[in-house]
Amino acid sequence: MLRYITNRVLVAIPTLLLVSIFVFMLQKLLPGDPILVLAGENRDPETIAMLRELYRMNDPLIMQYLYWLGDVLRGNLGISLRTGLPVTELILQKLPVTLQLAVMSMIFAIVIGVPAGVMSAVKKGTFWDYLANFIALSGLSVPNFWLGIMLILLVSVNLGWLPASGYESPWVDPVRSFQTMLMPSIVLGTALAATLMRHTRSSMLGVLQADYVRTARAKGLREKTVIRYHAFRNALLPIITLSAVMFGELLAGAVLTEQIFTIPGFGKMIVDAVFNRDYAVVQGVVLVTATGFIVINLLADILYVLLNPRMRANL
Amino acid sequence: MTDASLMPAAGATALAPRKPNRTWTKLKKNRSAMVGGVVVALFVLIALLAPLLPIPSPSATDWGKIRLAPSTEHWMGTDEIGRDILSRMIWGARASLMAGVISVMIAVMIGVPLGVLAGYFGGWTDQIIARATDALLAMPFLILAIALAAFLGPSLTNAMIAIGLSAVPIFIRLTRGQVLSVKTEDYVEGARAIGLGHLRIMSHYILPNVFPPILVQATLTIATAIIAEASLSFLGLGQQPPLPSWGSMLATARNFLSQAPWMALWPGAAIFMVVMGFNLLGDGLRDALDPKET
Repeated sequence: MLRYITNRVLVAIPTLLLVSIFVFMLQKLLPGDPILVLAGENRDPETIAMLRELYRMNDPLIMQYLYWLGDVLRGNLGISLRTGLPVTELILQKLPVTLQLAVMSMIFAIVIGVPAGVMSAVKKGTFWDYLANFIALSGLSVPNFWLGIMLILLVSVNLGWLPASGYESPWVDPVRSFQTMLMPSIVLGTALAATLMRHTRSSMLGVLQADYVRTARAKGLREKTVIRYHAFRNALLPIITLSAVMFGELLAGAVLTEQIFTIPGFGKMIVDAVFNRDYAVVQGVVLVTATGFIVINLLADILYVLLNPRMRANL
Repeated sequence: MTDASLMPAAGATALAPRKPNRTWTKLKKNRSAMVGGVVVALFVLIALLAPLLPIPSPSATDWGKIRLAPSTEHWMGTDEIGRDILSRMIWGARASLMAGVISVMIAVMIGVPLGVLAGYFGGWTDQIIARATDALLAMPFLILAIALAAFLGPSLTNAMIAIGLSAVPIFIRLTRGQVLSVKTEDYVEGARAIGLGHLRIMSHYILPNVFPPILVQATLTIATAIIAEASLSFLGLGQQPPLPSWGSMLATARNFLSQAPWMALWPGAAIFMVVMGFNLLGDGLRDALDPKET
């Protein structure tokens, strides 16, 4: 097991290095000279020369990358041009907000998607199966920013049940925090619920045809017991890993949701940074998201092996 | 064996009844795929015919008719500066469909050759391409598209490039996997045995046989790309005003939700329908091209 984990971590390292190269090169795609932007309107030659030296722009590209990577490994993602604050500090401020949104969306998706998938598989070919499939496909097709706008229109503007925007920390006012995050979680979790439904259905259909399920039925067990203890438990394995992987997607999906509901999280930060041409923040967010994605994938792989006795036995 | 020997005997086509295409027959039987196909075809038709339709200019403003509710004169109402929403919707369909198709073409044109190279040659070529693909896949689609659009500058063209580049790894991985299973087939071995070059084997023997799953993925990715374009336009990184786009129309509509809710209704419904159409068509194509499905 330890060897498997070590191997997986070792495979992740070159991927992380390549991600860092891509993120570094993003800045090089920038049209024009970023130093001229930093130098301000006066563009004093001495200031420009000093800034070039400070940002090591006179060094070869490979050296610039190595210096940048060294800073990143020490937790220094640069300074935000707009706020003058370290990017790491900004990300650490915003990340908990997005994590709260992602966790609530994940809970919503699991609560809706998994039971719907089980029901759809158990009642395959019936009206309920078609209905669940139609809803799932709709969930995958609806743009989440439109769903958000429609929910605001219905729930906040017309019914006045929930606030249309804003954020409150759960440590300050848990009820208000839940109220402000409920609609965004539904919006962000809808597509994930649809994906989970489809995968749960397909996984359940596979398991329901397995020999051990047939044996359980032949033993005369009640259908509910067969589904709950024999089929569902085994069908759950790929769903757990998928959920872990999809959690990374939620962090990205939060960009639009946070924009619509004016939630001061990670996603809103990248959009604001884009418009303020705060490239260090854009780079930082992409790097942190990608690293988080790789780490979550790694954990999902390990979790899959830990939960699957057959996989463990083959190691 | 010459090409001529592969040709059917003269008159054979006239005598033998033409064998119907199995994929098309299966696709025709799939009702939801057909619905999806019709929806997509309708949107494509509307987008193509936009210049010929008797509708006002999408940019024509009328300050006397701001935020009018849907009526017989303006079927979908008017926006905040009196522009006809139906007209903007029709012209917006052009931007969305064009973005969907062109960005997927970019992704296919870069991703498929790289995937073929990785799968066919294996070894270091495969290792380098596979690791780069892993790294690109680690960057979530929308974040990568936003970052690229930000660095390239806001415009529909750059949004299409950004979305296309973000979708490249999907096609590399898919093609590579397909090539790995096809390259050991007898007909590829046979082509190698008669001394054909790598380029000819890849283009004539491998590519046509890995094409079906790529077609399915392309159809489904068009749906994702349309949502991505709308998302980028919604954020102000895609089509720039006053040119119409469903995403930017939604962004504007957000500011007038209580006064003119119809402004938000139509663009979102259109994105939903066209994306649903592509998803249904893609799912149907997958079933029709799957030899295991009967």
